Amino acid sequence: MKDIVLIVTAVILSIAAAGAIYRIAVGPSLLDRVLASDVLLAILGAALAIDMAVNRHLNNLVLLVALTLIGFVGSVTVARFVADRRGQVNDS
Amino acid sequence: MTPNATGADAVIDAVTAVLLIVGALMSLGAAIGLLRFPDLMSRMHAATKPQVLGLFLVLAAMGLQMREWWVWPILAVAWIFQLLTVPVSAHMVGRAGYRTKHRHPELLSADELEAVVLRAAGERAAEKAQEADSAMPRNGNGGRNGRNAGADGGPSA
Repeated sequence: MKDIVLIVTAVILSIAAAGAIYRIAVGPSLLDRVLASDVLLAILGAALAIDMAVNRHLNNLVLLVALTLIGFVGSVTVARFVADRRGQVNDS
Repeated sequence: MTPNATGADAVIDAVTAVLLIVGALMSLGAAIGLLRFPDLMSRMHAATKPQVLGLFLVLAAMGLQMREWWVWPILAVAWIFQLLTVPVSAHMVGRAGYRTKHRHPELLSADELEAVVLRAAGERAAEKAQEADSAMPRNGNGGRNGRNAGADGGPSA
């Protein structure tokens, strides 16, 4: 049971992370990349929580709470920078 | 998870397994949405799935497995902070995306911001014209008269 759950979730999360990384690499605009990195952060949080749930430890709990607290700062910062370059339009 | 669980433990383990796998599938759905949706706004819609519902399912599985009551408030804090901070970043990204024209108007069924933007642009243009008129009225009138004369004189000549 434990092994099955671990393997299934690991495969699913790996595919999801690969998709997010592909969007970061290709993503036509800066905002697409920021959004994909947000998704990658959510996938990382899910992986931490799954590890804690399956193996029954709480080592990552502080990291998870900190992640949910300050994870939004990066995308807000980048969004502020993007908002200032209004001259170059429509490269999406 | 307990190996060779029986009774209530087996039920809790089964529920945990379902929660974990569905929570992981939320991440997969977000990745598929990121890859297949055409523009930033619809990708933002897909990206919220693992951030809110996926995190909730995974945290609930954690709480089920720990079997200690004091874990639940911490998990609730983590989820509530996620609920508070995700809309902030989504708002900023969406606003920046609208302003930098990262949108396809033909894909939108309703653009409620467009009327506001157009009105603000009209007000700004009217303000600028008024400023220009009050600053140097002779030049403004002269230029306009000259252009009118040229337009009138063009066809007749």
